[in-house]
Order: sequence, then C-alpha cells, then structure tokens
Amino acid sequence: MQRIYLDHNATTPVEPAVLEAMLPYFSGDFGNASSIHTFGQRARAAVETARDQVAALLNARPQEIIFTSGGTESDNHAIFGVVYPLVSWPSKPSPNPLDDLDKRINIAHLMHVVTTAIEHEAVLNTCQALEKRGVAVTYLPVSREGLIDLEDLRKAIRPETVLVTVMHANNELGTVQPLAEIGRIAAEHDIYLHTDAVQSVGKIPVDVKACQIDLLSLSGHKLYAPKGIGAIYIKSGTRLHQLVYGGHHQRGFRPGTENVAGIVGLGKAAELAGISLAEDSARISALRDKLEEGLLARVPDSRPNAAGAARTPNTANITFPGIEGEALIIALDLRGLACSTGAACSSGAVEPSHVLTAIGLSAAEARASIRFSLGRHTTSAEIDAALEIVPAAVAQLRQLSPGYKREFSAHR
Amino acid sequence: MSTQAQLDSLPSSAERQPGLVAVAMSGGVDSSTVAALLLQHGRPVVGLTMQLWNQRRLPELQGDGPAQHRCCSLDDVYDAKRVAQHLSFPHYVVNFEEQFEQRVVRPFVEQYLAGRTPIACTNCNTEVKFEPLLRMARQIGAERLATGHYARIRKDEHNGRCQLLRARDDSKDQSYFLWGLTQEQLSRSEFPLGELTKEEVRNLARRVNLPVADKPESMELCFVPNGNYVQFIREYVKETGKLLEDSEGDIVTEDGAVVGHHTGVHNYTIGQRKGLGFTTGKPIYVLTIDPAKNRIVVGEDDALRTTTLEIENVNWISIEEPTAPVRAQAKIRHKHEAAAAVVEALPGSRARISFDAPQRAITPGQGAVIYDGDIVLAGGWIK
Repeated sequence: MQRIYLDHNATTPVEPAVLEAMLPYFSGDFGNASSIHTFGQRARAAVETARDQVAALLNARPQEIIFTSGGTESDNHAIFGVVYPLVSWPSKPSPNPLDDLDKRINIAHLMHVVTTAIEHEAVLNTCQALEKRGVAVTYLPVSREGLIDLEDLRKAIRPETVLVTVMHANNELGTVQPLAEIGRIAAEHDIYLHTDAVQSVGKIPVDVKACQIDLLSLSGHKLYAPKGIGAIYIKSGTRLHQLVYGGHHQRGFRPGTENVAGIVGLGKAAELAGISLAEDSARISALRDKLEEGLLARVPDSRPNAAGAARTPNTANITFPGIEGEALIIALDLRGLACSTGAACSSGAVEPSHVLTAIGLSAAEARASIRFSLGRHTTSAEIDAALEIVPAAVAQLRQLSPGYKREFSAHR
Repeated sequence: MSTQAQLDSLPSSAERQPGLVAVAMSGGVDSSTVAALLLQHGRPVVGLTMQLWNQRRLPELQGDGPAQHRCCSLDDVYDAKRVAQHLSFPHYVVNFEEQFEQRVVRPFVEQYLAGRTPIACTNCNTEVKFEPLLRMARQIGAERLATGHYARIRKDEHNGRCQLLRARDDSKDQSYFLWGLTQEQLSRSEFPLGELTKEEVRNLARRVNLPVADKPESMELCFVPNGNYVQFIREYVKETGKLLEDSEGDIVTEDGAVVGHHTGVHNYTIGQRKGLGFTTGKPIYVLTIDPAKNRIVVGEDDALRTTTLEIENVNWISIEEPTAPVRAQAKIRHKHEAAAAVVEALPGSRARISFDAPQRAITPGQGAVIYDGDIVLAGGWIK
C-alpha cells in the first residue's frame, strides 16, 4: 500500500541532504567538540557552522543560540530560567527553615506570568508547575480564529509580570499570533517575551530582532532535521537561570557533550529552510487550500477551523460532525493516509483538545476534528488521493454513527 | 491433535468469512493467539486494544508491587503492540475510559452500595466490548470482531439464530459472562478459542513464538487489580466527595435479634462466613443484605438454601422467549455448577427459575444463566 503522510506537524522526515551532512559525524569525525585535539576541533567547527546557520534563519547572532534536546527542553529552560531564580530559596538560609519557606512563598506570589490557553503542553504544564510553586499565571483566551486579543494582553500585564510566553504558530490549527505587536507590548513594559516557535520555524519567516523576542524555542524534527535536537535563542543580555549543571559545554550554560551529528543536521536543515521557505510556502499553501476546499465541498456538514486567520501554509483543521476522530484516524491509516486528531502527544487522551475547546468548539466537535499537515514533499497526486479517501471514510463512519443522522441529516 | 492440525482446522466457524476482522487484544495470551489463528487462516486482521481505566486514578490502590496484572497498564498495551509487530498486522489503542466508567465501574459501585453483588465483566462485554468497540471495528472497516473468550457461536440453520454455546474446555468456559449479547452482536462476533483448551492455546502461542506465550493469567477484576473491592469502593466514592464511614449498622438474626455490628452493607456478600466480627457455637452466614434498613441478616447454613429465584433484564439467546415452562439447567454464579431447573418466562423481560434441589447463596446482582446442555438459552440478573 502506498502511504500518504499528512502529519508533518507531528514530525517530518530527515531531508536527504541533512542526513548526508550528518553522516560524517557519527564515525569519521566523531570527536568531542570540547576536545583540544584535531578530532575535537573538527567537531567544534561543525557545531559552530550549525550555530551560524540556525542564527541566520532567525536573524539572531550565533552566540545567542544554545542547542538543546528539543522543543520541550527549550520551553522549560526559557520559562523556568526566567521565573525560577525568583521563586528559589533566599541565597543565605536562615537558621529556621520555616522562615525561608515563608519568604519563598511570598516571593513566588509576587511573580506573574502571562501565556495563552492554546499553548503546547511543554509550555502549559511548565506554567502549571510554576503555579504549584505559588506563581500566578494568566491564560489568555483566544478568538474563534485562534488568536489572542492584544488588548487582553495589555490588561493582563501587572507590575509583577516577569514573563510573557506566547506560541508563534499553533500545532493544531496553524494559527500565527501577531508576534511583532506582542513583542512591542512586552518591550514597552520591560517584560521578557518567550515564544514557542516549534511549529513556525522553517515554515514562515521568524525574525527575533524585528519581533523583539528575548527567548525562542525551536525543534529540529519539525523542520526536516532529526528528533532529539533543538535550540533555544537567548537574546544577549537576557538573565536566564541555568537548569542543568555539568561541564563547560556551551559556555557551561547547557552542559552535556554536544550532539554533534544532530546539531549539524539542525544547522543544515535551517540552511535549507532559509533557501526554500518562500517557494515551499507558496506551493504547500496551494496544496493545503486545494485539500481544504476539496474536503469542505465533498464532505457534507464539514467545517474548517480557524481558516480565516493567518496560518502556517501547511496546516488545515476540519470538523466532521458525527464522527469520532479516533476512529477516523484509524480508518484512514488502514487506507494508507496518516493524519492526526491534534497533538501527537495527546493521542489516546480522553479529554478533548484544549486548543479546539479554546476556540469555542464543543467537546463533541473537538473530538470530531482532524488535523492535516502537509510537508515539503507532499504532492498534488497525494492530495487528490486524500480527497478520495477521506470523504469515503467519513461517510462510512457516519453510517454507523448513531448521533449523526439525527443531528444533521434531518434539517438538510 | 497436533498443534499443526489445530492450526489447520481452526477456527471452524470463522474461516470462510471474508474481509477484515478486528481482534480485541488485551495483551494477554488468549487474545494474542486469536490474532495468530486468524492470520494462519489468511484473514486480514486489525488489532484493537481498549484503554479502559486510568491506573493513575485512585493512587491509594496502587500499592508497591510491580505494575503487571493491571488492566490497561502500559505493559499490557505494549505486549499487544509487540504481538502485532511480531505477526505484522496493524494495531491501535482505542480509548473507552468514559464508556467503561459510565457503564461498568459506576454501576458496579452503585450495586455494591445497594447491597447487591455485581459482576462487572458481563456489563463490560455487553456495554463496551460488543457495543462501542464493535461499532468502532465496523467504522474502521472490519465487519466482525474476534475476542479471546472461551465460548462458541453456532448458527442455527433452521431459524437463522446465532446460538451461544459453552466452550469445549469446561474449566475455561466464559459463556456465563456473555449472556447479554444480542443476535446482532453475536452475528458479528467470533470466539476462535471456543474449541481449544488453555494448554492448547499456550502451545499454539509458543509455536508461533508469541512474546506473551508464557504470560501469567490475570484472575482479578481488571480495575481492582489487588482484589480488594471494599477498598476500591471506598476510594471511588471518596473521589466523588462522599464518605462511607457513617454507614455502620446492625447484624441481626432472622427473628430480628441484634447479634453484632456491620461496617457498611457493601462490605458483605451473601453466604459470607468469615469477618462478621462475632462467633457463636454454630457456623453463621450472611443470609440477606438489606440496605433500606441498613441491616445484615445472618443465620445458619440451612437458611441459605432456596429453590426459586426471579431474574430480570432477561435476554433469550439461542431460542425465542418460550411460552411454556422449559426444562433446563441454571447457573447462578461463575463457579456454580449448572443445576436442573424449570424456567418460566414472565412478562417484562423477567423469568422464574425453580431448581429441582435447593441452591446455596443465591445472590442478587449476580447473573443467572440458563443452559440446555452446552447451549446458552438465556440469562438475566438475579433480583
């Protein structure tokens, strides 16, 4: 069976040129980038080239890029890194530990973080962990189109707000938040701005200078580099608490022997994205629109989600009332089409998507929604095939769905 | 019979069915062997593993032991996945936690609190496995669902009805838990292990090198892995914000004399002898549980034995509801040996069972299943 992959927001294949760039660094040039000798120097050179490549894609300076294990680590590092020192123990412990506890809790209560209701779990759960330590967190609501209201952001900011963390592009909807305006507001109030750009880097232009971003998370495997490598952009001068302690790698800030091959892959992928982004974007968005329009035309009662907002070019999210997304994903997979109900990490979860409920969908509508995310190598023929497979599968599911006929066919 | 011969000859009823068949896979040896058998017969298979219960809930019940033998533990899901990978067929985990709680766990707790002794497995079969799971199987393109139950399905050529039969291996027979299945459900179900013994199943599993061939069997109710129902009910009710501590009451004899105190009616089952908290000269048993008066009535063994009982929600399976009393055998709990009785259908999906000889500890909330030899005629809940 020929398989069609429309789940690029979950992960992407490693680009052949990326793999090729990586291969020498597994066996031949295997050196530790921190070693003094020639082996180490070759690895170091490769790592620094990659740092340049990643920095170039973001309009950052190389020394502002730190390599991590991926998006989740970067998000944790950015958020805990800003807030944690402020809620930690006082530097000089008092003889009575309870006094310290009081001080700590009091300090924590003075901290405030602003985020959104539609963040990825890597941000949401990190914020919830802060809340458990006493930090106040505001979760900004989003519109039907999945966008925050800048007025809401202004109103949410308090004197004690230390961090605004807003994702750039949403993984389930593809909606792109107005980062430049958000950056301006954060800068006006002298508050650090972090953005989880895992779903936008490589798909749309990201300019950390223009958007006045202090911290940015990205992940390799969403832009045709391997899994297990990511980066965090830390604007020069940002005071960020260290979370992992060890040797002096990456200036001691994020120790651990560098994943040289992974870093090289991420660098090469960033370079390729920079070259082909505009062209990819135009082609992929045309295919996405063809898929979306085709499905809406062919599947009765189907509705697009957040299609009116600025979106990443590759993502479409559609509600097919009367079906269980879980069953549709399986039915489609058995027919050779891979897509998703939302975040891959939450598949199998009972709770409906927090993103879809945040844009106003009911639990049943959220469970009936499917995300299609295209990639650089998606072909027109694959979209044609998907336009045959999906309507047939939805029709089959609806036939056996007790709720569907009653709810929808009656008034058609 | 050699294992090769078994592979060639089974499953007799199912081998001619075309099309995709879904296998309900728990990660255990039985359902894994079902998948292997169907594949041996050239049937295209898709495995479905139900996620029914979140083991992180009610952490008080976790204990310190290893996570094995727990329903829906990741280990079981991975076992099912390993089998699917080993045999190269598609496999998916599907989430039915909500349905399981609504239709199995909550009624189970409510029944206990109402002084009855429920069986969750029957509800799980009727309300989850052969309802939403079967529907999902059909939605994804499988017309039939195969499970690892030890029971048999036979089509009555005369009237087209699907008959439910005991397993060939009586010691493994699970027909007692399947009496709630409708004709529609039975017509879409396959029990390929019905003709096999457990030993034969293990041999087949070893023969095809299933990674779960020697996995121990779980005997406890899946969502109460430690077998402690009382603790489970207490924790479950606590989660809803109620406490059961205040439900103590009297233990009385049949003539009303108070002989002791009970710790809540849900802690007792009919026929129970141990743990009553007092001793007399003769063995004393729980006769009835009376939640309305919050009393446990106790008495001697003789008083436990009764001849007739009534069942409700009766489902006639292998025959149509009879208009005259029928001679049959009835089984009043899983480990009860079916005893000779006359069964009379009553209006409102009820029936009266009159045993030839008195039966011990007939327990409200349990199922009573009516057999004619190997054939399951009907079943219902004991009132």
